[in-house]
Amino acid sequence: MSETPALYTSPTSPSASPARRGHVAHHFATAEQQFDAGKLGIWIFLVTEILFFGGLFCAYAVYRSIHPEIFVYGHQYLDKNLGALNTAVLIFSSLTMAWAVRCAQLGQRRGLVACLAITLVCASVFMGVKYVEYSQKWRHGLLWAGWFKPAEAPEGPAHAPVPAHPQPPRDTGIFFSIYFLMTGLHGLHVLGGMGVIGWLLAGALCGRYGSEYFAPVDFVALYWHLVDMIWIFLFPLLYLIH
Amino acid sequence: MEHAAVERNGPAAGHARAPEAHVVPLRVLLGVFGALVVLTYLTVKVAEVDLGAWNLFGALGIASVKATLVALYFMHLRYDSAFYSFLFVVGLAFLVMFLGLTLIDAVAYQPDIQEFRQATGL
Repeated sequence: MSETPALYTSPTSPSASPARRGHVAHHFATAEQQFDAGKLGIWIFLVTEILFFGGLFCAYAVYRSIHPEIFVYGHQYLDKNLGALNTAVLIFSSLTMAWAVRCAQLGQRRGLVACLAITLVCASVFMGVKYVEYSQKWRHGLLWAGWFKPAEAPEGPAHAPVPAHPQPPRDTGIFFSIYFLMTGLHGLHVLGGMGVIGWLLAGALCGRYGSEYFAPVDFVALYWHLVDMIWIFLFPLLYLIH
Repeated sequence: MEHAAVERNGPAAGHARAPEAHVVPLRVLLGVFGALVVLTYLTVKVAEVDLGAWNLFGALGIASVKATLVALYFMHLRYDSAFYSFLFVVGLAFLVMFLGLTLIDAVAYQPDIQEFRQATGL
């Protein structure tokens, strides 16, 4: 490791430089103890997030196994191209976030600012596309449960056979309940991520992060990748039903 | 020098590792991104082909490969202590239990629900 041995000295010891002492909270003995504690914390948080979304994936699995027809019918109302676009945007933002961690580790401050800014822009594009999708559904009465009152039949992809149900099958609204809850909870996580990435960006502009202190960038990146990972499953499960 | 410093720190000596400073090479990051884009294209194309029940498993399989790539490289699990992978996998194991047991339960009730619906017309 290229780190100087001084990283291992106690932050309270006289040999610790004031700059390093500044990064290590008083209740941690060493910088790496602080880093490991933070990393353990964020991973436990991510596990709770998986289980949090797991409830909705469970609802999806139960309804899809029992009533596949409402998923086959309902998904025709979703715009596959917008879904694919958002997938690409989110994957790209994951790349720039991973790149931001790399920049922070290498002490490349301008690269860090650029990567964080691009990630933030991608997140905004994602939410913008989501806004377009939601407002279309709102206009066409494609809402949850009993509020599912479609103004017109789905266009459906060109390859699709004639829909087995000219009329929406019973309980099609449940598809949209699941759609709005899953994408909505995911969207809230994107908004939350934008908040913390904005906070990182402000810190990066002040030069707070570098090769000796990049933990917040690393931890936010882990969260952001999990949000990306959840969308990786939501996209085929909601938009690409055959 | 390092050893001396660790010993001086007493109880914290168990954490002899430096902060996770593994820097993922740029070509790995870009390669993973490329693979994710290709797999996204693939999953869209596969969804257009009629494979019966395999459409769902194909889509989930591709999504799992993508998620694994994200976890291994973007989330550094491949380079980090295996303990974080262990945490992640334990989380997934509980998710599988949660989904599996609920599905078994929900499917088991279906005959009763169908019978009730036919009898009452609800």
